[in-house]
Amino acid sequence: MGPIRLLGRYFRASVHAQAQYPGSLAMLSLGAFVANFVDVIAIAALFARFGQVKGWTFGEVAMFYGVVSVAFAFADFLSRGFDVLGTEFIRTGAFDRLLLRPRSLTVQLVGHDPRLSRVGRLAQGLAALALATVALKFRWDASAVALAAWTVLGGVALFSGIFMLQATLAFWTVESLEVANLLTYGGVQAAQFPLSLYAEWFRGVLIFIVPLGCVAYFPVVGLLGRHDPLGAPDWFLPLAPAAGFAFLAAALAVWRVGVRHYTSTGS
Amino acid sequence: MPQILVEELSKTYRVAERDPGLGGAVRGLFARRWRTIEALKGVSFSLEQGELLGFIGPNGAGKSTTIKILSGILEPTAGRCEVDGLTPWTSRVRHVARIGVVFGQRTQLWWDLPVIEGFDLLRDIYRVPQADYVRTRDELTALLRIEGLLRQPVRQLSLGQRMRCEIAAAMLHSPPLLFLDEPTIGLDAPSKLAVREFVQRLNRERGVTVILTTHDMHDIEALAQRVIVIGKGAILADGPFTDLREGVLAERRLMADFTGEAPALELPGVRTIARQGRALELAFDPKAIAAADLIARIAADHPLADVRVEEPPIEEVIARFYDLHGAGEG
Amino acid sequence: MAAAAPALLRPYLAVFAGRFLQMLQYRAAAIAGFATQCWWGATKIMIYAAFYATAPQAAGALSLPQVITYTWLAQALLVLAPWNGDPDVALAVRTGAVSFDRVRPVDAYAWRYAAAAAWITARAVPRAALMFALAGVALPLLGLGAWSWQAPADLSAAALFVPSLALAVALSSAFVMLINVCVVATLTDRGINTLMMPLAIIFTGNLLPLQLFPDWARTALFLQPFAGVFDIPFRIYFGQLAGASAALGLALQLGWTAVLAAAGWLWLQRVMRRLQVQGG
Repeated sequence: MGPIRLLGRYFRASVHAQAQYPGSLAMLSLGAFVANFVDVIAIAALFARFGQVKGWTFGEVAMFYGVVSVAFAFADFLSRGFDVLGTEFIRTGAFDRLLLRPRSLTVQLVGHDPRLSRVGRLAQGLAALALATVALKFRWDASAVALAAWTVLGGVALFSGIFMLQATLAFWTVESLEVANLLTYGGVQAAQFPLSLYAEWFRGVLIFIVPLGCVAYFPVVGLLGRHDPLGAPDWFLPLAPAAGFAFLAAALAVWRVGVRHYTSTGS
Repeated sequence: MPQILVEELSKTYRVAERDPGLGGAVRGLFARRWRTIEALKGVSFSLEQGELLGFIGPNGAGKSTTIKILSGILEPTAGRCEVDGLTPWTSRVRHVARIGVVFGQRTQLWWDLPVIEGFDLLRDIYRVPQADYVRTRDELTALLRIEGLLRQPVRQLSLGQRMRCEIAAAMLHSPPLLFLDEPTIGLDAPSKLAVREFVQRLNRERGVTVILTTHDMHDIEALAQRVIVIGKGAILADGPFTDLREGVLAERRLMADFTGEAPALELPGVRTIARQGRALELAFDPKAIAAADLIARIAADHPLADVRVEEPPIEEVIARFYDLHGAGEG
Repeated sequence: MAAAAPALLRPYLAVFAGRFLQMLQYRAAAIAGFATQCWWGATKIMIYAAFYATAPQAAGALSLPQVITYTWLAQALLVLAPWNGDPDVALAVRTGAVSFDRVRPVDAYAWRYAAAAAWITARAVPRAALMFALAGVALPLLGLGAWSWQAPADLSAAALFVPSLALAVALSSAFVMLINVCVVATLTDRGINTLMMPLAIIFTGNLLPLQLFPDWARTALFLQPFAGVFDIPFRIYFGQLAGASAALGLALQLGWTAVLAAAGWLWLQRVMRRLQVQGG
């Protein structure tokens, strides 16, 4: 059975497992539903009070937010296994069992506990895009859709890479590490707003170190048909998402180093 | 050509140390001390297809380390190891497809799912053809008597039930080599017997090579033709279990019940272990005096009601062995 | 310390001390948590500054320096927000070890409460200290005083902040206990943790200072139980709640703590009685 079908099996098994706890499932669904509105509530409250921010309107911010949320939703759905590697696999010794199965570790981790609740975040991102479309009277022609899809793919690659890096840290210290939350959830939060809001050093981090700006800010500026107030050339804007893939490739290399470390020091 | 070849396997670890108490905890936030541990020092042995090996030793002796290396999840610091021509840790995927591993007290099945669904998932993970899977699964569930448990979620099973399902799960892909790490720990007597009987059939009837690590010496006695004793990272003995016993404690026990008061006996080559009321327990060297002669000598002077000849308890043999080789814990 | 206390309290002080020391070991987690929170704090502050710069008159009750201090305080004390239940409880439920709670000769609720309080404070202390060193000391020294964690408004604000903070911990522990009991009742922590997180984030004032929400919602947001975890103590800190309104804030904290603790205690009694034990 190939990896894709195996992932499908894992997914069905996960749903079945959660269905064993009906009371919890209800709370899970409700909580997931409410969680979707958290960021939107903050943005809406701020715009309701202040009107606009540094030349960006609510509709434009909704577009930034929507693209990032959709990308993050997919990455989160695929990366749960990496997210909990430290607490659920390494600390319990269950990682050994993954090594004892004749399958790639990545496939097994991607298939671990795919959570249906992530659909909520996807819905929220799509809703934000819908809001943006209405507020800006945005026209989704073929090139806009293509650019948006390419941007989302770059974002999925980037966020997956961040989850993978976080997981790799777990090989060295089994304590639950919030560092990657800084980049994943913190990254989503930072990328919700256009980079021109932030101080220069911060923008630098978000462009050159963890290229969130490349999979959110630059391409969406291009999507919105605006010129970058920070001065990046127009031809660069649609190419920027490639940085996400480069980041993922680097993360994979680091991951392999981590696995090697684990198999030479044991648990 | 042996199935398993181990040559000069060595493994050293570093562990962090911390002082106790609040001061130690705060200091631990800033600096750590390291300690080196030599878990394995040049271990060598080989195993043919179809052997059943008992792997014993005190805690911390290096048993789990050896098993982890053989199963491919740990890399040694030095030395060579081949299983069916593959080096476990470099050819991980190919190697693990051909082995089954059971860890006592830890299950690989999915906690919230019914057993049968876990089996089905394993079929897909190990890519077992459907027809083979059905046949193997049905044979295993019949042998281990777990048909009634298949639809129950794993979390609802008792430890004995879980372990039987666990062993079935490990064999679903029909591996030629099976590792059992403390499989009977915490099990009640009927479950232990069921596990032992199953492993014996697996080995004798299907030629599955089995490596068994355990502290339960009755497991060893029941199953292992060959025993390797490991202590402080080195092999202390490698051979049939009877040789081990002879080498350590070449004596027998005689339990006698007398019609009258048990006498105090002084005989060459014979040692009194316990004497109470009408019962007497003696230890004797069968090379110095044969059991039949000893019984005759006793009965000549003191009327016997009942008599039993046994070997010393295995735990004693093993404990004595560890002592002799300074292999105890710590 | 535990040995000198009255016999009744000893087991609870012991479990507090034990858990506290255990959590202090996690140094990498503390440093990582600190780094995360610096990032979040910086991001939020830049966003607020951008909004305030665009339309300062719309701000309402809070000034930008106050919002900045609020943000640093919220990051420093982030672990007080009752997002999840105590992971020890979830593990105990999963393995069946939770049945030991019935066998110990102590009150199960108080036992777990002390453990939860230790879990919270042990994680909070190193992070708060580090955050203060950065945002309260380093930033002003670097000439970035406008972005820093400012001192309390005056002496009385500082004096009232201390009990308010203690009550915030007590309140948060009571919330965590409710989550714990729910975990024991539903046999898993997934559902309740997922539900609590967004509620806690929004209503404690973690997401946004409650004063920045629309004016019509302000009173309701002040009176709800979560407000006592962040919003009330922080507003006491920069003097926005003073005198009578501060007293009201403290009373709300105390009242909600009592209500949630009582509810949790009663619920736990019921749940323990019909405990379905997992594992074997």
